[in-house]
Parts: sequence; structure tokens; C-alpha cells
Amino acid sequence: MGRYVARRLLQMLPVIIGTTFLVFALVTAMGGDPVQNLYGERPVPEGIRAALTAQYHLDDPLPIRYGYYLAGLVQGDFGTSLSGSRPISEMIADAWPETLRIAGIAFAFEMVIGVAAGVMAGMRRGKFLDNLVLLSTLTVIAIPIFVLGQVSQIFLGVKAGIFPVSGTNEGFYSYLLPGLVLGSVSLAYIARLARASVAENLRMDYVRTAKAKGLSPSRITGIHVLRNSLIPVVTYLGADLGSLMGGAIVTERIFNIPGVGYNLFKAIQIEDGPALVGFVTLLVVVYVVMALVVDLLYAVLDPRIRYA
Amino acid sequence: MRDATKTSVAPGSADEATAEPAAPAAPVRDAAKPRSLLQDAVRDLVRKPLFLVSSGIILVLVVMAAFPTLFASADPQLCELGRSLQKPSADAWFGYDARGCDVYARTIHGARTSITVGVLATLGSAVIALLLGLISGFYGRWIDAVISRGIDIVMGIPFLVGAIVILNSFRDEDGFRIGGIWGVLTALTVLGWMSMARIMRSTAMQTKQSDYVTAARSLGASTGRLMFRHVLPNALTPLIVLATISLGVIISAEATLSFLGVGIQEPTISWGVMINQSLGRIRESLHPLLFPAGFVSITVLAFIMLGDAVRDALDPKLR
Amino acid sequence: MTTMEKTANVPAPRSDEDYQGPLLEVRDLHVEFHTREGVAKAVNGVNYTVDAGETLAVLGESGSGKSVTAQAIMGILDMPPGRIPQGEILFRGQDMLTMPENERRKIRGRKVAMIFQDALSSLNPVLTVGYQLGEMFRAHLGMSKKDAKLKAIELMDRVRIPAAKERVNDYPHQFSGGMRQRIMIAMALALEPDLIIADEPTTALDVTVQAQVMDLLAELQREYNMGLILITHDLGVVADVADKIAVMYAGRIVETAPVHELYSRPSHPYTRGLLDSIPRLDQKGQELYAIKGLPPNLTRIPAGCAFNPRCPKAQDICATDIPLLHPVTERDGTDLPGRGSACHFWKETIHG
Repeated sequence: MGRYVARRLLQMLPVIIGTTFLVFALVTAMGGDPVQNLYGERPVPEGIRAALTAQYHLDDPLPIRYGYYLAGLVQGDFGTSLSGSRPISEMIADAWPETLRIAGIAFAFEMVIGVAAGVMAGMRRGKFLDNLVLLSTLTVIAIPIFVLGQVSQIFLGVKAGIFPVSGTNEGFYSYLLPGLVLGSVSLAYIARLARASVAENLRMDYVRTAKAKGLSPSRITGIHVLRNSLIPVVTYLGADLGSLMGGAIVTERIFNIPGVGYNLFKAIQIEDGPALVGFVTLLVVVYVVMALVVDLLYAVLDPRIRYA
Repeated sequence: MRDATKTSVAPGSADEATAEPAAPAAPVRDAAKPRSLLQDAVRDLVRKPLFLVSSGIILVLVVMAAFPTLFASADPQLCELGRSLQKPSADAWFGYDARGCDVYARTIHGARTSITVGVLATLGSAVIALLLGLISGFYGRWIDAVISRGIDIVMGIPFLVGAIVILNSFRDEDGFRIGGIWGVLTALTVLGWMSMARIMRSTAMQTKQSDYVTAARSLGASTGRLMFRHVLPNALTPLIVLATISLGVIISAEATLSFLGVGIQEPTISWGVMINQSLGRIRESLHPLLFPAGFVSITVLAFIMLGDAVRDALDPKLR
Repeated sequence: MTTMEKTANVPAPRSDEDYQGPLLEVRDLHVEFHTREGVAKAVNGVNYTVDAGETLAVLGESGSGKSVTAQAIMGILDMPPGRIPQGEILFRGQDMLTMPENERRKIRGRKVAMIFQDALSSLNPVLTVGYQLGEMFRAHLGMSKKDAKLKAIELMDRVRIPAAKERVNDYPHQFSGGMRQRIMIAMALALEPDLIIADEPTTALDVTVQAQVMDLLAELQREYNMGLILITHDLGVVADVADKIAVMYAGRIVETAPVHELYSRPSHPYTRGLLDSIPRLDQKGQELYAIKGLPPNLTRIPAGCAFNPRCPKAQDICATDIPLLHPVTERDGTDLPGRGSACHFWKETIHG
């Protein structure tokens, strides 16, 4: 197991480097003059231009600039944002807790409701509850999340006044609606996955054996079927947690939550290359680490999988 | 203990129930000819309401995209502020939006952009996925390692971030963003192929190890023949299913990019553009949002249902 | 666990202690499956009995209904699509088909147990074998987890799995095919049932292991004086173990006989065909016999005798009249106990 983790960690490196380099290159290709962008229409003083060019190695070719970035990254230095000149690590430290709050709510929501709905639907395939779950999950999947977010903001927030409309001034409560919106799509996928998994496992030979052993239906489904059915669901949940923690551009923008996604979008809009690359690096690391966690989780849940 | 028991294990699986006792050359007395899996699937599909409804919707949408004037006589670009935000009426079934444009006409005309983008982007990513997945799964070794890491890398980029960055790099000489349809197409294609490639790769790997491929190989079939005659047709089903489903997702993504202000913009009409425009006045009136959003949802739904129906029909295990 | 299972702890009322009849009696059993292709008639009037300590081998090709009959006895048929339109399954004189489900569940696993063909897929992949063995004691007798595990080790020892104590926490995939089948046997044996149904218990195993597993099963059966229904398509397996044989074809029993008589003098053309298709050392070099054609589609069983399209002796009557299971006698009319043949021309077949 230890050796497997070590090998996987080594495999992660090229992915992290490759992805950040790709984004780095794309940001560079975004074109424009980053220094000029800071000053808008005004002329840039020559001295400042020279200083910024030197500070960000703007004259060097792309791979070398990326090299500098990487070197800084290894020392924990994400660089400095072009606008406002804040250390990017500081921006991340501000933004991430915000994202984690909605991610946590979304995750709890999809885990509890999604798994329960999916398992019940899978056990009663073809019955009313099953069709209800199928239909409602499909509907949720079919509605673009920004429509869902906007509409629920208007109706539940503005018109009904049940939830705060936007911002983070009301503590936990301000994160509730964004969290539910964010979790709704994954919830639908999880419910469908759990349903399919339970339905498939109910047809397995070992269920027949369990019946032949004279076990009660509750024991057959509760222990035999569920243990097997939840393996893919739990791994999906793990992967989803990874993407939730990466922030949600759309949701955070609609509800004005200054999380990772919000910052990402702002960085793109004002063409703040270093900040954009910094936040993407964070996302990639989270994503890759979660992928590893999911793999290990698989081995814990399914004894047939052993990593050497 | 095969056939009859199977019937009980896999209820209603037609080919299993009959194939084992009677197949492949059924006794002379058997009137019914043995059917191929595909025939079985097709026969199954046309009986399924899910399939009929979803393919019916898709057909209507495609005709709408091809000949919008058949459905709407009003000019989608004719806007009169005087009728701003008027409610649906006999004149304008879906009412007028904030600028006084006919929502019905615009929704119909918007189908063309949205569906074209969806179909082309899906085709593009499916082709990339097919080639890379097939090569990766078939050759294995270092080729597989390189391609797989490549997939990991592109997958590591969050979809929206990647799309926005790509769209931002489409510029004219003066540095203005010219995203438009081509930019959106590029972004959606470049960022949409990875999961299809993974599926393609794993099915190619599985198929490669199956006995009939080994048999073909031992009979001296060339690599190209093995890949395209034996592995490809078998690995294709999951790809097609996934592509159908992701078509809906891509149409929804197109709308999201418009919402974020980086996708297709006026004067091109797309559902995303319409939704984005309607959001500014959403507190006053809902119908300019409801209709294009409803069309996006119905389209997404239709493609997902179609994908589901096709998978159910082609995968006897799931029945 | 439900309270019902807890009460199973109390010994079941043995009001049938002085019950004298056969252990298991299947009477005119019919099973059909409703599929999209129509109604598949898997079992069409099967009768057989098994006594304590007796081994009945049920022989037949795929689709003959032998496994479906067994699953009907166990009550593990999926219904729907399965349906039992008529028939009785009497266990110690009580019809299990009319019993309430919770009564029946007490018999299942405890009085009647089943061994499946493919132990790998029949065991739960994510639970340890110790758990799955111990579950019998926990669910039926309400034993504690710890005691159940000790019992599981004991059971594994009894089916001669080496190092049982160390391996009790292993998962099914960590065992070899033969060992897994021993675990299945141990599971069936756990509560010392009166009857065990073994559905092709050795088909998935290597030939050398087959013999070991079969011997073990036979030995344990003798030790506990259990009834055994051995379902197989392999005539070789049957000969050493079984007391009597029932040959099934298209959901019916076409011939019954004590084991050695069946081999020496089959009285049904189908049985003869099966016997002739066994490769024999003394006929080296000759072409191997094969029954022509294929078993019938169960949704369209031929009229008359189901075997008639494939039968070398078929005549006009065979396509119209369904032959009943005639008692088979010697040429002079002397009774041959336990023998029967569902062939219009059984006399010609056995004596001709």
C-alpha cells in the first residue's frame, strides 16, 4: 500500500506540472499587454514597466517563465497578483474557506438525499417511487445550473425572502441556498448511480445465495446488497468532493460568494495571469489528490482490489 | 444450469431466454429466425416510449434548426421597445423580451445555433476521443501511458476555467474578444473529449483481450484490421451512448458560457444569448427566461433519455 | 435482525417428530416464466421424492428444468417473471408453497440448504467467508458475532480447509475454486439441514478437485444422514454417489431408475442417447455418438413427446400424445421397483 501511494504521488507530478503549464501557456496566449492592462487607458511610466517586466520575467520565453513560476511554487510562493499586488497565497487563504463552506453543504446534501433516494428507487425498480426519482433527477440534470441558481435566488431569496439573496453576511445561512443549488446536479447523478448499482446488485448470484440461506429481506438488502452497491457511489462522492472544493464559478458568481470560483472568474476578467494560474494550481492539486484518495478508498471498500 | 435459470435471474432478457436453448441454429420446427443483437435492440427501441418520445423531440428540434421559418414567421431581429416585456399572447406566443423582440421567433431561430454548436462540438470531441482512446487502449505500453497522462492533464483543467481562458484568447488585431461560434466550438471540443476517450480506451482494452480478437489475431489479421474491424465496432456502443448524453450537456454548457459573458453574443441568436439577456429583468418578468431555458432543458432531457434508451437496448445485461 | 429471527432460537416445534413419509416430495410441479417471447414452460409436471440419507441425482441438459425445480423447492425463484401455476412441494408432509413466507424462511437454510455451481459469484465478494458462514448462526440462532466466528472456523475445519483459523477473515476471491466450493458446502451444512440440494456443485472445478469435493459431499451426507438432491449434466459424477436417478427433458421427468440399472438398461431413447454419447475407452477410434438436434425452445415445446423431433425411434403417436411415466417391468411383467419411463415405446427400448 505504501509503495503504491508513493508511486501514485510520483505519477501525480507530471499531471500537476502539465496542467499548470497548459494553463500558464493559455494565459500567456490570452495576449494583451498585462502591464498595460493594469493602467487601462493611461500610459504606463517607463520605470514601472521595466520593474514589472523584470519582476514577472515578461521578456523571457514561456518555458523559462514557467520555470521561474514552478521554482517559486515549490517554495510555497504562489506569486503576487498583478492587480492590487496581493500575495496570491493570501488570496487563496481568504477564498478557500468560503468555497469549503458551500462545498460542505452541497456535499452533505447530495450524500444524504442522493444516496437515500437512489437506494430506495433501485430496490423498487419500476414502481412509483422509482419513476419519481428518475424523473426528478432528469429534470434537475436538464436545467442549466445558472438558471436554477438565478431562479431560486429570485424566488426563494428576493420574492419569498426565505434565504439571503447574496453575499456572506448572515453566516451559515448565507451559504445554505448556494450550497443546495451547487449540490443539486451531483445529487441527481448520485441518485441515478446508486439506483443503477442497487438494481444491478439485486440480480447477482450472491443475493440468490443469501435468499437460500434463509436471511430476512432487510438483512439481504441492508448488508449484502448495500455493501456492494455503495462502492461506486462512494467513489463518485469522493471525486465529486474534489470538484466541489475547486469552487463553482457560476454559483459563487450568482450568490456573490468570494470563493475560489469567484476569484477565478475575476482573474480571467481583469486578465490577472498570476492570480489565475495560482488558483488553477490549487484546483489541480486538489483534483489530483482527491483522485488518489478515491483510488485508495476503492481498495478499502472492495477487498478484491489490492494495490501493490 | 444455464438457460431456464437465467430466465429467472435476468427477467425479460429476450436473447438470453431464447438464445441458450434454441440458438444459434434453432431447430427446423422453430418458426422464428435467430435475431442479431442489433435487430433485437432496434426492435426493443421502437417499443420503448422513452425512445420514441426523445427521438421525436430531437427530430422536431433538428427540423426547427434546419428550417426555422417553417415554425416562426416573425422576424427574430425585429425589436420594438414599445412592446417591451409584453406577456405571451395570440400574436406572440412566448411574449416579447425586454427590448421588445418576439421571444417565440427568437427561440425557434436560436435552435439553429445551439443545436449546431452541440452537434459539431460533440462530433469533434467524439472523433478525438475515438482515435486517442482506440490507439491508447489497443497499443498499450508507453503510448497508453503518454495518452493517459495527457487525458489526466486536460481533465485537470476545470471545464469552465478552461473554456473561458480559451475563449479569451480568441482576439482580433485590436485585442477585442471575438469568441463567437468558432471560439465556443473550439472550447467545447477541446475540453469535452476526455471522458469519452477514457471509455473508449477501457472498452478497447477489454475487447482486445476477448477470445475472438485473439482468434482473429492468430489467424493473421493485420493490426489495422483488428483495430477497425474487431475492436472498434464493439467498443463503439458505450462511446455513442456517452456522446448522446454529453450532447445535451454541451448545449447546456453553451448557454452557461453566454451567461458568463464569454460565449456567443448578439447579434447571433442562441438560447444561451437569450437566457443571458433575460436575466437582467428577471424580477419583472419571467417569460423571456422561461422559454429559451425550457428549450435548453427539453433538449438536454431528450438527449439524455435517448442515450439511456440506446444503452438499455444495446446492453442486455442491464435489462 | 427481526424478532422473528430471534425466536428461531427456540427449537422449532417438532410436531412432525413421528412423521413417517418421505423427507421431500415434489408433486406435479409446474413452473413457467413470462418473458417477452411468450410463456417459457420450464417445468411441466415433475414428481419425485427424496428420503433421509438418500441421494437423488437429477440429470438433464441445459434447459431441462432441473435447476428451476431446485430453485422452486428452495423458494428462491424470481417471481415474477417466474410463476408456479400448480403443484405441491411437501417437506415432511407440509406444503411449502402454501406456507407463509416467514415460516418458509425458517426452513430455508436451516432444514433445506443449497449449494450453487459457481461459488465465486455465489459468495458475497465484499464480506469475509467467516462472516458469511457465521451469518447462518447469527440469523437463524441469534448467536453473537464472536461465537458465530468460532462456529465458522469449526465449519471450515470440517470441510477440511487448511489453516481455517488464519483464513476465516479472508475474502472469497482469496481462495482457490475447490476451497471456495468447500466453503459453499460448509455454509449449506452449517445448521445440519435435513436436505441439501447441490446444483452442479463440481461443474466449475478442475477434474481432480471435482472428485475431492464430491467425496467430501458424499461423506458428510452419510455422516449426517441427510437427503441429497444432486443436479448435474455429468453422468460420470452420478454413478458413484447417487442412489437413484431422474432424467429430465424439457421440464418433465422422462426416466427414473436406481442408479446402476439406468446405466445397464436405459428404458428411454433420450437416456440411451446420453449414455451413448459418453466417450468410452473400448470404443476408441469410432465416431462418438451425439443426439441430433438441440433441446427445444421452452416457449414452443413440441406437441406430443417433447423429445420426438430428435428421437431415432419416433413414430406418429409421439408427435400427438404426451407419454406418461409408465412403470417399467421385466419382459415377463415382473415389477422393476423405482423404474419408470415416459416413452410410448419403453418396452422396445429396454428389451428390444
